[in-house]
Amino acid sequence: MAELSVQDIIKPENLVYEKTKLMTDKTLSYCPGCGHGTAHRLTMEVIEELGKENDTIGIAPVGCSVLAYEFMNIDMQQAAHGRAPAHATAVKRLWPNKVVFTYQGDGDLAAIGTAETIHACNRGEQIVIIFINNGIYGMTGGQMAPTTLPEMKTSTSPFGRDVASMGYPLKITELISNLPGVQYVSRQAVHSPAAARKAKRAIKKAFQNQIDNKPGLSFIEIVSNCNSGWKMTPNDSNEWMEENMFPYYPLGDIKVDGKLIEK
Amino acid sequence: MGELKLMKGNEALAEAAIRAGADGYFGYPITPQSEVIEYLMAEKPFDRTGMVVLQAESEVASINMLYGGGGSGKKVMTSSSSPGISLMQEGISYLAGGEVPCVIANVVRGGPGLGDIQPAQSDYFQSVKGGGHGDYRLPCLAPASVQEMSDFVPVAFDLAFKYRTPVLIIADGLIGQMMEKVELFDQMPRLTDQEVIEKYPWATTGKPKGKERRILTSLDLDPHKLEKHNQHLHAKYNEIKENEVRYELIDTDDADYLFVAYGSSARICQKSVKLAREKGIKVGLLRIISLWPFASDVIKEFTAKGIKGFLSVEMSMGQMVEDIQLAVQGKTKVDHFGRVGGVIHSPEEVVEALEQKIIGG
Repeated sequence: MAELSVQDIIKPENLVYEKTKLMTDKTLSYCPGCGHGTAHRLTMEVIEELGKENDTIGIAPVGCSVLAYEFMNIDMQQAAHGRAPAHATAVKRLWPNKVVFTYQGDGDLAAIGTAETIHACNRGEQIVIIFINNGIYGMTGGQMAPTTLPEMKTSTSPFGRDVASMGYPLKITELISNLPGVQYVSRQAVHSPAAARKAKRAIKKAFQNQIDNKPGLSFIEIVSNCNSGWKMTPNDSNEWMEENMFPYYPLGDIKVDGKLIEK
Repeated sequence: MGELKLMKGNEALAEAAIRAGADGYFGYPITPQSEVIEYLMAEKPFDRTGMVVLQAESEVASINMLYGGGGSGKKVMTSSSSPGISLMQEGISYLAGGEVPCVIANVVRGGPGLGDIQPAQSDYFQSVKGGGHGDYRLPCLAPASVQEMSDFVPVAFDLAFKYRTPVLIIADGLIGQMMEKVELFDQMPRLTDQEVIEKYPWATTGKPKGKERRILTSLDLDPHKLEKHNQHLHAKYNEIKENEVRYELIDTDDADYLFVAYGSSARICQKSVKLAREKGIKVGLLRIISLWPFASDVIKEFTAKGIKGFLSVEMSMGQMVEDIQLAVQGKTKVDHFGRVGGVIHSPEEVVEALEQKIIGG
């Protein structure tokens, strides 16, 4: 039997996976093991599959994903820290037929940008918010975030988050799900193929809601890891996330078609 | 002749935004300019022209809405008053860095801090010397009448898009609140979406088929690239300095002395010129219209022609006076007179100040 060469294998009929053309070839700035890359890719795959690459405007945050516009091959604006929903509000209202989304981390969305987040949700802006919650400030070097778990050590809570003096982890997703302006809320993860597939379905539903002009905002939280900030290997960080983050931030749909899911 | 109306300055500004073909207004109420958003909401501009009006949750949100809207090629505007404009400074810096066009109106009140709600001109430094962080400049137009509250809106939009920059209209509480006759310009058409896409290829309106995507950002982690960007901005600011200096000369032909003033102070100074001339003092008025770019060359020319002194008349403790001093370079007398905190000077006080500080000083 003749030996198989690489050239024999890389044929279109053998293709099982291809990088979406809505991701650029630029090397991701994220740490190896970080969930951002997968979250970016899923978002871009969804936009490609929905045929909206020429009609989408994305808003990048400040944080690890500040450079999202380098990787997402669509028109993008980069907002000041926390202000992405304000950008998105105006873009969508002035271009109602376009698809508009923000991509934000926990510090951006749930600390400095809390007002913009809550009010965009409360006005029922017809945008999608992709919210990456890794419980830490990654880009600035691992400081405490609003979503940092109790007793969790960070560079600004070196002895662990003392909730009595530092406050409790903010479940902003549950908070905004109670607002009538919000159409769809789902909390997902991207640390395993199964989780990523579910997350992609949720992201797709969020964008589909906007395309279908369903009233209100669609909000996807992705609970993710930060192996660098958590000072763990990628695998350990994923295990730690399952054991510690998921109980506090349980995965699944929270609100569908404007109705809260009964637990 | 355009339609004549008796209006407040704030109302004229709002009506002018609709007539200038603005696509969106995003604002937050604050005295003494809340009539702007009230007028717009009552006027239903969406029915008239398709213009969107939104009350934001804060000035921080409204300025960033301008980034979203202006960044996607739409004519957008906000208005506020001093404390609200302070809140917007972060956003203004990002708008300047990202080269996003928009118009911001500041109907100035007394400060610092919460100050009061009376007219002031104490935001001059903030307007022309930065305000936000980084090396940037803002073209800044100062109306002195309700008529100009209307007329300057389309001028500001033109500047904003010509130079891809935020533009400031800086009025004061008096100009915003007082009622005067105004001749409104005729309705200008809003650009269609297709026109916006064709006219502004830099705008994020959705990546055009077969073309590069557009990115609007003020971030450049490579210091050499950021230096280049700053040099590019600087070249643009020099072009604005070259082309966009605006001022008005009143009774300056035979003048020995000049008042330099803008906005309400310039209106008061017109009376002061008359009163002084009745007393035999040959004084004229250099009314500054663009606070930046500043009419430095005009001041230099008057200095070279042998003017005996300049009195900067401002409702501040002396801010614009520093720019006059810079232009004069010590070659003749320069001083400042102003009432502050919402107190407005009388024409007589101004003449007295001229006599004491410049003529007798």
